[in-house]
Order: sequence, then C-alpha cells, then structure tokens
Amino acid sequence: MATKFDAIMARRGEIMRKALGMDYDRFEQSPIAFDYEGMMAAHGYSLDDIVAIQTKAGVGNTPLLELKNLTDVVRSMSAPGKGARIFVKDEAANMAGAFKDRRASVSIHVAKEKGYEGVIAATSGNYGAAVSSQAARYGLKCIIVQETFDSRHIGQPEIVEKSRICEAFGAEVLQLTVGPELFFHMVELLDVTGYFAASLYSSFGVSGIETLGLEIAEEMTALTGAPPTHCVITHAGGGNTTGTARGLKRAGAADTQIISASVDLSGLHMASDDDFNRKSFTTGHTGFGVPFATWPDRADVPRNAARSLRYIDRYLTVTQGEVFYITEAMSKIEGLERGPAGNTAMTAAVSLARDLPRDDTVVVQETEYTGAGKHHWAQLNFAREMGVEVRSGDPAENAPGKVIVIPERPEQIRAKDFDVARMRKSYVRNALKQAPGGYVPTADDIAFLAADTNSDAAAVEAIIAELKEA
Amino acid sequence: MTDATHCKAGDWVEVERVLLEPADRSKNLPPETAEKPLRMWIKGFAQAEGSVGEAMTIETMTGRLVEGTLSAVNPGYFHTFGNPIPELVHVGADLRARLADYHAAEGADAGDPPGASAEGGER
Repeated sequence: MATKFDAIMARRGEIMRKALGMDYDRFEQSPIAFDYEGMMAAHGYSLDDIVAIQTKAGVGNTPLLELKNLTDVVRSMSAPGKGARIFVKDEAANMAGAFKDRRASVSIHVAKEKGYEGVIAATSGNYGAAVSSQAARYGLKCIIVQETFDSRHIGQPEIVEKSRICEAFGAEVLQLTVGPELFFHMVELLDVTGYFAASLYSSFGVSGIETLGLEIAEEMTALTGAPPTHCVITHAGGGNTTGTARGLKRAGAADTQIISASVDLSGLHMASDDDFNRKSFTTGHTGFGVPFATWPDRADVPRNAARSLRYIDRYLTVTQGEVFYITEAMSKIEGLERGPAGNTAMTAAVSLARDLPRDDTVVVQETEYTGAGKHHWAQLNFAREMGVEVRSGDPAENAPGKVIVIPERPEQIRAKDFDVARMRKSYVRNALKQAPGGYVPTADDIAFLAADTNSDAAAVEAIIAELKEA
Repeated sequence: MTDATHCKAGDWVEVERVLLEPADRSKNLPPETAEKPLRMWIKGFAQAEGSVGEAMTIETMTGRLVEGTLSAVNPGYFHTFGNPIPELVHVGADLRARLADYHAAEGADAGDPPGASAEGGER
C-alpha cells in the first residue's frame, strides 16, 4: 500500500514544475543527456543583470583580504621557496552573514517578478537565513523547513541558531526531527501554498554565485596583477564550487585551479537519528559533498544546476579537529572570528599553500558569520555532551562521531586528496542507471558525460567498458 | 526555557505535531530513524486560551493555521558559546610566538600589516 510519503512524492514532478516557474523538460535531450548551458541561460539574466540585482539587494562586493600572518605561519613550516600567499573573500560581510545571500537574492528576485506570494526552502544552513532576509526585503512570505532535532528533541546548536536567525527575519520556521522526508513536507507545503520553491539547486541560485568568482578574478587582478592560481571552495551540495568556478571562467580566469574542500564525516549516516548529533559540522562535509558530486540530480529540482564535477580539479578533505584549530587561529592571528563551516576551505588552503611556490596565490572564497551555537566552542562543548571524545593530538587519529582530535601544531594539518577519478566513475555509473535497461549511450551522451565530469570521450568510454565488465 | 505553561489567545507560542508515523515514513531509513515518528515544532500566535499539552491552533507568520499540541509559551533561544575549549586555548599564544620567531629570522618587515608605515606613535 502506498504511504502518505509515497503519495506526495508521486505528484512531486507536477508540484515542483508549478513552484519553480520553469519547464525543465525542454532541456532534456536523451535518457542521459540534457542541455546544461541552455538551462543555465534560460532565465535570461546576463552576469551584469545579476550584479545589478544583487547590488539593489545589498548583496556582494565583500572585502578581499590578504592573510599575511596565516601565510607566514604556513611559510614557517614550508620547504625553502614554498608557502603560497593566502587570501580570503569575507563573505560573512553579506547581509545575512554568508555567500548564500548571493544565491537567495536571485531566487527571491525571480519569485517577486513572477508574482509569487511567498517562498519556501528546505535548508538547515545559512541559505535559510539568506532566503528569509531577502524575502523580508522584497515583502514576500517565507517558510523555511529545517532538520533541527534528534528524536529526543535535542537540537544541533548550529541549526538552533539558524532557526533563530530565520525567525528574526520574519520567516515561519518548521523544525523537524531527522529524516529526508523533510523534502516531502516541503513539497506538500508548496502544493498547499502555491509559493515559489527557492531551491538551492535551481539555475537562479547557482547563477547568483557566479558574481563571487567574477569579483575574485577582478579583485585579485587589481591586487596582484593576475587572477588567483588556486581557489579553494568549501564543498557541500556543489553549488558553491559550480557557481564560483563558472564566475571565474566567465571573468577569463581559465587557469585558476578549482579545489573543493570538505570535512571528512565518513562513516556517519546522514539519515541516522543516532549520528545526527554526533557530527560537529552540519554542512561542508563529505556526507553531502560526495553523493551530490557523484549524482547531482538527487536534488529537489529535475536537473541540478550545481554540477561540481564539471569544474573540480582536486577535492581535498580535512578533519573536524583541524578546522576547529584553524577557526581559533583565524581569530587570534588575523582578527577574523568566523564560523567553522566556512573555514573548511581555509584549513585545506593551509595544507595546500605549504606545498606551493611562494609566488602562487590561494583564494579561500568564503567566510560565514559566527555566534552563539554556530561558534566552534559551542560545537565542541556540544560534541562532548553527546559523548564524542575531544582531545589534543595527531588529527590522523580522527574518527567521525567518536573522536575529534585537535592538532597540537600547525604542521599536523594535512588535507587528504579524495580520488576524483573514482568520483567520475561513480557519476557515470549513476547517470547510466537513469536510462532504461538495454539503452546504448550515443556519441552525444558520451560527450555530455565527458563535459559533466570534466574529462573526455575516451575516458568516459573506458569507464563504461569497465562498468560493463564488472 | 520559559516557565509559562498557560497562554491567552494572541500569545506567541509553539506547537508540536507528528508529520509522519513510523509506518508512513520513507522506506530507505536506518532502523534507529525508521522506528520513530517524524515530528515537527512550529511557532505562531495562539488562536485560543490553553495550557501546555493541550490541543492548540496557531496562526503562523505566513498566516497559515496549524494545529498541534501546545509545547511552549513565549519560547526563547538558549543556545550559547559555552566554556573555552582547553585543547584550543593555547593556539593563539603558540602561533603568535611562532610568528615572532619567524619574523625575527626573516627580517623585521615580514609581518607588517598591509599599508603599515614607519611613522609609528599614532595608535
């Protein structure tokens, strides 16, 4: 018998079409391929239009800061001639405290233009704050659906703070217990209210991040004479990587290496009521990063605009303890007290810059606000209360959900390369699964899969051959 | 937590409700999640007088009427920073000492902040 959950999910396509104000079917080309660039351009806004929308909304143009002390810490432990310059884009300076304002500003502008009465987003993170803030400015009603509590009604402090800030901006906040059916309830609410789906993964939202890449390319050129050699991006659903990389490319920064970075939460189940409060990061972690990179269309839109494998050159992972150490360091030696999730990329950058020549330039493209609940002290105190061991030592001994090891020295901070080739293979396997049994990928399908994985036709054909054998 | 357990019509309150009983949940859940109901808490204005634990209808910020069980009256926020973390309290001093050593070895100008001049004095 179909459950209530199944019944709503069966009507999901029809409800989402109405709520997104966009027909995704016209971009489909085959059971595998679709016109990605066509979908991204369909809203009709140029990059200049988006800059204008964001300027009006009070979003963007955040400071780009050189972190000389952090660079010197890196150089103090680098081989001679090594230790690249580290810069940060202080996105916490946006109205609601994170780069997510860029994403929300375009979505909410579209909702207003199209005449929707309100907006709905399913998000437990900074995006909820951004949508609530922009909706307040545009005079739209706003509902945020969050995964806040475990079954004992114990709230993850970072998410409890997100509830507070969304309510501060006048949003109606639904605080749920653990489970992916949060999306079911969002779809049900879209059906009942007729509001706009301010999805994280629509082309509107992801286009809004392109201005961040554009600003970085322009500001770094003004400051150093060239775009950065490397851009390090905290990676969760992949929108941050996708939008920033696209913006850099549109600004002509074709040679900038795109490095995604996530906190390693391997072994923790994202839908587990037991694991929920044993993780000290609620975003920017591998629990979102890997599944969304290897199958982006698992999102709440028919085709996800965030397709990070198109742009990633390297994917680095760091541990929770390493990020907490760098978060404390940023306050103490750079005067920047910011949230830990945004410092994930900063931690990877410290490890990366150590091995790069001194002339190289590494931009960490975001910070996020911090405060009660979201602060790294709050997270560590909470971890202890939840039975997670917190101790000093070698971060290699980190065990997600069991032990958080805070480095004793910065030398112990070493990001690990996640195997991008393996992610590409996993993506191709997932894409092929969407086609009916016996379907043979065409040359156009192969070309699409190559573009979607930042590889070439020969590499995709080799993966397909390997999958057939297995 | 607020001590109030009773509300008048128009008070800002929170209600709780079950969105999905275990039998109605997604089939792809780990057992520790699947065996529990999906619950929700939401705030709004009480539509009648009532006490915690009783049925209550609220009007939310978007104007929706939501039924549930009254769970709190004038609910607040009590998340905090907590105590300093002993494993982190030394980080600032360690890194400042490291920077001082590094700058001494590299030459006096290595640590000047951007735009720093030799005028000094004015602070």
